[in-house]
Amino acid sequence: MKIGVIRFPGTNCDRDVAKAIELAGLTPEYIWWSEDKLTDYDGIVIPGGFSYGDYLRAGAMASITPVIDGIKELVKEEKPVLGICNGAQILGEIGLVPGVFITNEYPKFNCEWSELKVSTSRTPFTKAFKTNQTISLPIAHAEGRFFTEDIDLLKDQDQIVLQFKGKNPNGSMEAITSVCDESGLVVAMMPHPERACEEIFGSDDGLNFFKGFL
Amino acid sequence: MLFDIEVKISLKKGMLNPEATTIERSLDLLGYKVSNVKTDDIIKFQMDGDDAGKIKENVADMCERLLCNPVIHDYEINVVPQK
Repeated sequence: MKIGVIRFPGTNCDRDVAKAIELAGLTPEYIWWSEDKLTDYDGIVIPGGFSYGDYLRAGAMASITPVIDGIKELVKEEKPVLGICNGAQILGEIGLVPGVFITNEYPKFNCEWSELKVSTSRTPFTKAFKTNQTISLPIAHAEGRFFTEDIDLLKDQDQIVLQFKGKNPNGSMEAITSVCDESGLVVAMMPHPERACEEIFGSDDGLNFFKGFL
Repeated sequence: MLFDIEVKISLKKGMLNPEATTIERSLDLLGYKVSNVKTDDIIKFQMDGDDAGKIKENVADMCERLLCNPVIHDYEINVVPQK
C-alpha cells in the first residue's frame, strides 16, 4: 500500500512520518504541493512543520495549493487522510474537519509529552485503541488551541477523536486536540504520533495511527 | 482608475487574543497601566478598475477564500480611489 506524504515549503516532519509509515509496514512516497493527481495513493498524511512560514495564519497558504484539490478528490473516494500538527491546521483551514487550531491560550511553544484520551475509536487511525483508553504522545506547537462554533454538533456526530487528560496545555475547547470529519476517515490531530513509534522514544502508541491505513 | 485597498482583519468579538494579553502584560512591566488591548491585521494593496463596488466584492471574496478564516475573523474593507 502506497501512502502519500505531502510536502510544502516549510514542512519539516515529512521524513519522520515516512519512517513511521515504513515501520507500520507501508510504502511512503513524497508528494510536492504542486501535484493534483493523487488517485494512485491508498491514503495521505499531511505532516507537521511551518508551511509557507505560517504567513497569514498557520496553514492558510497551503490551503489554496493544487495538492489540496487532489486530497479532496481522494476524500470523495473514501481514502483515509491524516493531518498532523501543521497538517491538522491545514485540514481545519480547508474545512475538511470542523473548527480551527489557533494561538495557544498562553502563547508559548509547548513541546512536551501529553496524556490523551481516545474519545472515539471509530476512525481508521484510532481503531486499534479502545474508546476512553489513555495514550501518550508528544505535542509541539504554539498554535494548537482548538476552537469551534458548534461543539454540540461535534459531540452529536462523534467527531472528537483525542482530548488532553488532566492538563489542558493550550486552552483548547473541552481539551480537544484531534477531530475528524463526519465519516471519520479524515482526522486532524495536533499531537505527533510519528515521534512515538518506537519504545526507545518513550512510547510506541503513535505507530497504531499509521497502521490504521492497513 | 487605481484604487487603494485596505483590509482590516480582527478576531471576532469575545475571542481570546493571546497576543493582546501579552502586550498588556508587557506594558504593565514597563509601568503603563492599560486595559482592553486589541490587535488587528491590516493588509494593503492596489487594484485597477472602474467600479469601486465591484472591487469591494472582489476583495470580500479574497477575504473569504484566503485573507481571513471566517470561523474566527471579522473583516472591514476600505476602497479609496487614488487622487
